[in-house]
Amino acid sequence: MAKAKLEELESPAMLEEFYRQMVFIRRFEEKCNVAYRLGKIGGYMHTAVGMEVTPVGFHHVLKPTYDYIITAYRDHPQPLLLGSDPVSVMGEIMGRSAGLSRGKGGSMHVYDIEKGFFGGWGIVGGHIPLGAGLAFGSKYKGEDRVTLCLLGDGAANQGVVFESMNMAALWDLPIIFAIENNEFAMGTRLEYHAADTELYKRGEPFGIKSERVDGMDILSFIKDAKRIVDWVRKEQKPYVMEIMNYRFNGHGAADNDRQLYRTKEEEAAAEKRDPIARLEKVLIDRNIMNREKMEAIDEELTDQVEAIYEAADASPFPDADEVYANVYTDMEPEKGH
Amino acid sequence: MATIEMTYRDAISKVLAEEIEHDENVLIMGEDIGRYQGTFRVTQGMFEKYGGKRIVDTPITEAGFTGIAIGAAMVGLRPVVEMMTMSFSILAMDQIINHAAKIHYMTGGQAKVPLVVRGPGGAAKQLSAQHTHCLEGWYAHAPGLKVVAPATAVDAYGMLRTAIRDDNPVIFTENPGLYTVKGEVPDDRDFSIPFGKAQILHEGKDVSLIGYSRMTQVNLAAAEALEKDGISAEVVDVRSLSPLDMTTINASVAKTHRAVVVYEDWKFGGFGGEIAARIGEESFDELDAPVVRCGGLNVPTPYARNLELECIPDVDDVIAAVRKLG
Ligand SMILES: Cc1ncc(C[n+]2csc(CCOP(=O)(O)OP(=O)(O)O)c2C)c(N)n1
Ligand SMILES: [Mg+2]
Repeated sequence: MAKAKLEELESPAMLEEFYRQMVFIRRFEEKCNVAYRLGKIGGYMHTAVGMEVTPVGFHHVLKPTYDYIITAYRDHPQPLLLGSDPVSVMGEIMGRSAGLSRGKGGSMHVYDIEKGFFGGWGIVGGHIPLGAGLAFGSKYKGEDRVTLCLLGDGAANQGVVFESMNMAALWDLPIIFAIENNEFAMGTRLEYHAADTELYKRGEPFGIKSERVDGMDILSFIKDAKRIVDWVRKEQKPYVMEIMNYRFNGHGAADNDRQLYRTKEEEAAAEKRDPIARLEKVLIDRNIMNREKMEAIDEELTDQVEAIYEAADASPFPDADEVYANVYTDMEPEKGH
Repeated sequence: MATIEMTYRDAISKVLAEEIEHDENVLIMGEDIGRYQGTFRVTQGMFEKYGGKRIVDTPITEAGFTGIAIGAAMVGLRPVVEMMTMSFSILAMDQIINHAAKIHYMTGGQAKVPLVVRGPGGAAKQLSAQHTHCLEGWYAHAPGLKVVAPATAVDAYGMLRTAIRDDNPVIFTENPGLYTVKGEVPDDRDFSIPFGKAQILHEGKDVSLIGYSRMTQVNLAAAEALEKDGISAEVVDVRSLSPLDMTTINASVAKTHRAVVVYEDWKFGGFGGEIAARIGEESFDELDAPVVRCGGLNVPTPYARNLELECIPDVDDVIAAVRKLG
């Protein structure tokens, strides 16, 4: 259940938990990058390095596994936080039978529906009406769930985003359109793809409450996110959030040409806003943790990630029969070449 | 004629650059094609050379910019739309099929749409279900569109020029597995290959292996393997799905009396079925065995590499299909 009180969100225990979760996600993502380079992961794989505040912050203000979450292809952190078996998350990313979809989805298509995590989508913008549909469904059934629909600055240009926002406003759907503005849509900078770069304004024509928040500072973010989630739950109406952050890695593991769209100086400046380093400073300033403790936590989590990777790597590739399973719920497709 | 050895990818880049220089109304539109040099680097260097008027970086809005290209074509521009992958053209299908394909007809010939939609189609490597589609058969189904799927560098070069100079909307599909295939390409800024002409890439007398795009390369490898077993396979490269050259296909079948149609798309309802049916209708008397199709498995393409490889027809699958003929 979500933490009820705002003060609790700033308690030493809570801050330590944020720290552990953010470091865990970062180490997990970095391991994925290494595994990709080793050829253990293929296709398109996108990490959330630098963007850890969004999943961790929301996790503590939503009702985990009750509320719905849907996102694009940067989808590793959410199931890890929701308590999905991390080996089955890594197994999916590696295309193994231990994976959540038994290796059929891959990094871009991670789902744990039982935990309210609806993935994991590869078509930019495609999942946004689905998100509005989740909200439509919960409202229809008289539940008080909130749907968190994460999307990128690039995705915010797709036509279905505007269509979905209009209907969400028209029908009062309890959904947060959370636009993570990390300044880039693949190799295209924000100012080259968006006529108005203040993306929160995209909700305004529909009368949707909209605002911009800092997505690199867990402490301010969690307050904003809590206020917004609570409002959406109570009012059962949509909200547009523009979350300002930055992706530290390339667009995906196959993007080796970051200098085509941003300079090293710009990256260095962004790294000064590193959300983990910022939280470390708070932990030290408030005497919650010293460097030694942080290093010990980091080591512990790094070992954990290593063990998860080893376990996933021990899982076999899917059986050949798996190829025909789940095309339909109740029949198999015509087989063979 | 002087030729230069180059990859399929470079052949496409070459003709794009030449046509930009040849006709001031030719422009390229797409995601990450300019400053980022193109996802598959087909447009590398062009933004710097020709500028943002000719090489247009778009937001991620396939339906929108394809529609804009269609409208611009109606007033005389000749846009070449790059789909980062053909799978994303599904978002623009309403613009392509329900608009572009019908405009000349609905206006009673008043308006023309000289548009090319091009990009990689078919399996790359582990891009999963949403990024792995062979859509050429879907497009070929729609009257008003021309659809081509070259398998070699020279054909990519000659047919893309034809596509750009054609006054109809053309779907030009490039299998990602073909980009590094090399071939001799004429150094001639007017060299073009007409649509609607299939070709025999390997002569044979026992069976015709009929395909297009990357499957032609698979068929060539299969023909080589079958040769060792004493089976002489003829490789018919269809190249152009619409218009379709049944004359060349029927002539090959008249020679070999057996046909296998190979296509990467889902087997069920795919374009290979059209070719097979036409052979049945037009060459029935020549056939010593029913026409066999060899297509992709009828499943969304899975991520795991072993399962993905199961889905795509390969040399062994083609040989197995040939064996079915008895
Ligand atoms: C419909 C569609 N068009 C293009 C792509 C290719 N593509 C994948 S991610 C991406 C950039 C998206 O940027 P943004 O929405 O800002 O998300 P971010 O990657 O920054 O998280 C593009 C162009 C796609 N997957 N789907
Ligand atoms: Mg972005």
